[in-house]
Amino acid sequence: MGETEEVKLLGVWYSPYAIRPKIALRLKSVDYDYFEEDLFGSKSELLLKSNPVHKKVPVLIHNNKPILESLNIVEYIDERWNTSGPSILPSHPHDRAQARFWSAFVDDKWFPALKAAAITKSEEAKEKGMKEVEGGLLQLEEAFVSISKGKPFFGGEAIGFMDICLGSFVGILKAREKLKGEKLLDETKVPSLCKWADQFLSDDTVKNVVPEIDKVAEFLGELEVRAQLISDFKNLRSTFKSNGRVM
Amino acid sequence: MAEEVILLNFWPSMFGMRTMIALKEKEVKYEHKEEDLLNNKSPLLLESNPIYKKVPVLIHNGKPICESVIQVQYIDEIWSDKNPLLPKDSYQRAQALFWADFIDKKLYVCGRKTWATKGEELEEAKKEFIEILKTLQSELGDKPYFGGDTFGFVDIVLIGFYSWFPAYQKFGNFSVEPECSKLMDWGKRCMERESVATSLPDPERVAGYILQLKKRYGIE
Repeated sequence: MGETEEVKLLGVWYSPYAIRPKIALRLKSVDYDYFEEDLFGSKSELLLKSNPVHKKVPVLIHNNKPILESLNIVEYIDERWNTSGPSILPSHPHDRAQARFWSAFVDDKWFPALKAAAITKSEEAKEKGMKEVEGGLLQLEEAFVSISKGKPFFGGEAIGFMDICLGSFVGILKAREKLKGEKLLDETKVPSLCKWADQFLSDDTVKNVVPEIDKVAEFLGELEVRAQLISDFKNLRSTFKSNGRVM
Repeated sequence: MAEEVILLNFWPSMFGMRTMIALKEKEVKYEHKEEDLLNNKSPLLLESNPIYKKVPVLIHNGKPICESVIQVQYIDEIWSDKNPLLPKDSYQRAQALFWADFIDKKLYVCGRKTWATKGEELEEAKKEFIEILKTLQSELGDKPYFGGDTFGFVDIVLIGFYSWFPAYQKFGNFSVEPECSKLMDWGKRCMERESVATSLPDPERVAGYILQLKKRYGIE
């Protein structure tokens, strides 16, 4: 065709959302330049220019055109390089609708519940939250059994849209198990998902893309310390403010 | 093969309006079943959408599809022979999906605050609401529709909210008109389409519904 494809990906190594385009690009054997952003420091000019509305990663820049939102990026990659590698989205509109539904469930309901339960200081809220997360996993287990029909992935023989979406969180689940002893991927409760998770992590397109569990566990530990420090600082500051005369 | 298309909906839902408009744009015959969400969800709804138990639900030949944006994409893919709703170009399609996501994540939550909160929270919500509309207005630019010359996906995703704008402004006691007049013009333009005019409720009726909600949940 003669047109040089210039593909850039802006991300951060620890973000499950940034893992998604990496897997998709691997599935399609697309070469790209990766740029690691420093979200705790200062965001790059390129990021601010490409995603002025949300200023978030990941951002895919294809021939200078930015594509935003991780699942949109995956769909774009699937369409744009549709002659290369396996189809990421199913071909039948009903199966596509199902894949999009379950991904939206993971992103809009399940993971936010896990995040909220992880951050909250209230034991009651944490317990309630974790019940919701476990309940969500049971629903995903049922969905997996029904959709995969005995094959290794949601997408069948090869990794597909839903595998990429949920799979991007497997690292965090395993890291939390290491850090907190919290076993969400419990063989007695979600046996098919546990098998699927191991299959996902050992797939060629995923190996070397998903960060090492130990590294993620260390990062999550640091995040917790940082969050605690910020929370302590805020408490201290409001104590001094209300006891104005003590200082 | 006889196509059986059922839509489970609730008349004030700005999400259900999307699916109705999409079906009408594609001239698809469907059966509309009105749900009574405040009092009694039907067994069909609970069975078709066990995860969220919400409307709209599209049931095509017995198979349910949930979530309005996913339904509009589905309708566009199944009835692909007329009135394409999403752009053919993958980059433009990604753009359209981005704006649909922006509308879903920002507008609904903020809009709700204009009638469900008061004091400082309300003031913040009003400011944010106008900023969201201005962002959308800026994306619209000088085009007649978000998709360009033809009514399409992003227009469908946003237009349901247009029937709620008067109520938001009434209860929040503010006006979007001076800063967002171009967007309001876009709304009027969309209302000229039969698919939209027959799918959006009267804003007065929406205001009445909000009063009902406020009484029911004890919101002043």
